[in-house]
Amino acid sequence: MMTDPIAIARTSILEPAGLTEQDLDRLLGLLAGSAVDAADIYFQSSRLESWVLEDGIIKDGNFSIEQGAGLRAISGEKTGFAYSDELRFPALAQAAEAARAIARIGQGEQVRIGEVANKRSLYDPTNPIASLPDPDKIALLQRVDAEARRADPRVREVVASVVAVQDTVLVLGDDGALSADVRPLVRLNVSVVAEDGGRREQGSSGGGARADLDYFLLEDRAMSFAREAVRLAVTNLEAGDAPAGTMTVVLGSGWPGVLLHEAIGHGLEGDFNRKGSSAFAGRIGERVAAPGVTVVDDGTLPGRRGSLNIDDEGTMTQNTVLIEDGILCGYMQDKLNARLTGTHSTGNGRRESYAHLPMPRMTNTYMLAGERDPEEIIASVDKGLYAVNFGGGQVDITSGKFVFSASEAYLIENGKVGRPVKGATLIGNGPDVLTRVSMIGNDLRLDQGVGTCGKEGQSVPVGVGQPTLRIDALTVGGTSA
Amino acid sequence: MSIAATEDTAERLARLKQTIEDLLKEAKRRGATAAEASVGSSAGLEVSVRLGEVETVEHTRDNGLGITVYFGNRKGSASTSDLSTGALRDAVKAACAIAEHTQEDPCAHLADAALMAAEIPDLDLYHPWHLGVEDAIEIAAACEDSARGYDPRIVNSEGASLSTHTGIQVYGNSHGFVAGYPTSRHGLSCAVIGQEGESLQRDHWWTSARAAADLDSARMVGERAAERTVARLGSRRVPTCQVPVLFRAEVATGLIRSLVSAIQGGSIYRRTSFLLDYLGERIFPDFVRIHEEPHLPRGLSSAPFDGDGVATRAKDLITDGVLQTYLLDAYSGCRLGMQTTGNAGGVRNLRIGMGDLDRAALLREMGTGLMVTELMGHGVNPVTGDYSRGAAGFWVEGGEIRHPVEEITIAGNLKQMYAGLLAVGNDCDYSGSTRTGSWLIDKMTIAGE
Repeated sequence: MMTDPIAIARTSILEPAGLTEQDLDRLLGLLAGSAVDAADIYFQSSRLESWVLEDGIIKDGNFSIEQGAGLRAISGEKTGFAYSDELRFPALAQAAEAARAIARIGQGEQVRIGEVANKRSLYDPTNPIASLPDPDKIALLQRVDAEARRADPRVREVVASVVAVQDTVLVLGDDGALSADVRPLVRLNVSVVAEDGGRREQGSSGGGARADLDYFLLEDRAMSFAREAVRLAVTNLEAGDAPAGTMTVVLGSGWPGVLLHEAIGHGLEGDFNRKGSSAFAGRIGERVAAPGVTVVDDGTLPGRRGSLNIDDEGTMTQNTVLIEDGILCGYMQDKLNARLTGTHSTGNGRRESYAHLPMPRMTNTYMLAGERDPEEIIASVDKGLYAVNFGGGQVDITSGKFVFSASEAYLIENGKVGRPVKGATLIGNGPDVLTRVSMIGNDLRLDQGVGTCGKEGQSVPVGVGQPTLRIDALTVGGTSA
Repeated sequence: MSIAATEDTAERLARLKQTIEDLLKEAKRRGATAAEASVGSSAGLEVSVRLGEVETVEHTRDNGLGITVYFGNRKGSASTSDLSTGALRDAVKAACAIAEHTQEDPCAHLADAALMAAEIPDLDLYHPWHLGVEDAIEIAAACEDSARGYDPRIVNSEGASLSTHTGIQVYGNSHGFVAGYPTSRHGLSCAVIGQEGESLQRDHWWTSARAAADLDSARMVGERAAERTVARLGSRRVPTCQVPVLFRAEVATGLIRSLVSAIQGGSIYRRTSFLLDYLGERIFPDFVRIHEEPHLPRGLSSAPFDGDGVATRAKDLITDGVLQTYLLDAYSGCRLGMQTTGNAGGVRNLRIGMGDLDRAALLREMGTGLMVTELMGHGVNPVTGDYSRGAAGFWVEGGEIRHPVEEITIAGNLKQMYAGLLAVGNDCDYSGSTRTGSWLIDKMTIAGE
């Protein structure tokens, strides 16, 4: 088996299209010139396979192939961009000319194409689609279905799906540097509807990783997702009205870290700060969180959904400290915004595909553990909300206001977790919500590998995490005033 | 310059139809008992200008093809962005390989042959805009200039963007149905940032149309973006309370979207809808009529046939407050023992009967309450209708706007909100395929201070 990402990318992308080293050189010559400050070509070949189980049968499956190249030329703050799903030289040459029309005509410079060895392997360059025979994928979904129905007689409907992706990318920089990454990604999802008397509720769970499909067979993962989806649905069957108003909120560990993604993550992306449109612009060195709060964006965690060996501009990903002990200390950068603000890329230049422009995006964003026992944190609250599972969130980076929606929550009364309440949206102000963190748990956990982040119409896989947190005042959007 | 294909539109349409026919033949050759395929091909230009300078110039060119094969009642699907002969053959092969493992599903089949669109009306959807990059930049720049010049409190900008796209969609299946048509879509949007003291706010506005002549002017879009931004400066919270809520027209569309997703066949047969068992039942007060017009000339989501090849037709979703129909495709129709309603791929151009109240009259009608102009997050539970979302807008007292509001949530249940709809205004003032005025809802819970 080939394990060198560059060799795999050459074999699967360049060779079938008949693209030679000389062609790459000529394309760069067409794209980059004296009036162009930066340029790159992003080749991509992506294969996706999905299977869906519904009504107890494997109902549908899909296999999809996407490939193409995106060509970008940058002059000052101006970016010219064109892409092609045809990888033959004439189509790419036409795209190169369209992209570089942004800059004045200049003399193309000769560069030497040189491979940049991949110094890191956070995941194997495997093809997860081929990692399990098709009958085994189907049997897996059927076992998930059976487990969900076995877990509780109130389960009425089960939908389970499994998706495997192999994404091969090859980035050619204007200096001739050629880097590649072969990115496996798998995801399993279970969604159930439970009914009892007149009430119906839904529960979903799932997980994923940059790994082969046997990831789901290990540690009983697939079956535990099935049980978790059922537990959520039947818990919500009992849920009462959620409270409305500003109160003390305890957030569970793991996926509730979506708080960090929305409240501060987007606001610390380099493009918004260069443009001065973020509520965090110009605030490096200021206190934006309580002492003890340290938040990082780390693209280097082995096998994680949000991890990358290199970002989509060929930069090695890194562990970037965003907030240290409550003080804002860094932004996430891609090459363009780093150059325009006189700093370096932090390996956060990401794009949905070759047909999209890269921009600063998060990888795995999480808060480091503190010292408190989670039970001690709950015991400290007289009256409040304990929220442990969430759907998505959203932020207005200029006003700093953010929301995230709880899908599993309980009242806390006299230091004890009480009855479950219906899902509710929580709203806060990014620049000051973390100053209200009064206790940090010792139980840091990352999410199960389900996050997808949307920005300017582009979706990328991400991760989040945090320990149990006590926040002294957050607005809970229930109906019970 | 543009890299859009120079090939004549009629020739491209004929070529894509041929592609579909070849695919269907290949599926048959591989033993499929039935097959269907769709292909889309589009090209476009998008430019953005920020602080008077060009920021991006993007030339887009997208191809996509999807095929589904049936072996009796087992099916498999494949898709590809590569339309070369070899890639198409691989896609058919992949779909057939998938179908070897899927299981018998009595509803896995094409829509009835008798339901295929017999004629393809010209819905006037194709108005290419022969616009050079320089001209596009000039329009976007004029739009942003209008926004920045509107008020001295506009201190920064996220820019203005202009986009123009043309495309061709073709669908065909083994009933012998193959049809397609070209479309165009153009848009202009602008977002600016205002400052007053410590308060920073951002807002935007947009216009979108099939023909360039139907777009709002660059100046109007820019001024509207600025006006909205300035109006938000000095936003503050309000105490937790229960009051009437006015959803301004552009956000009231979201309440119609929730209705649409709740009456879609998939939500009904999967039992994930809060409107299960409501067919023929009263959902809204009796003054409410919601109507679908799929053949609206130049309509932003007009289509002569749906994703199954079935002819689309105009119909009421709601008459006198009563739910008239689910939105079904061939598959969900079969699952529910009903006929498809021609809604494979969704709903096309919804209209709600608008009353005679303008916005000022709606505010007077409300008296004291909240006018919502922006919603955040996804806090709608489709199974129960429970609704809880972040919001921004304006506090209203004595029928007049008192101050902008932010960092609050509004909550309720969609069933009660629909039943508690007091009035729909005649103030529809945005571009979109769903047309409504503002909605006045009798009572919701506001969570704030």
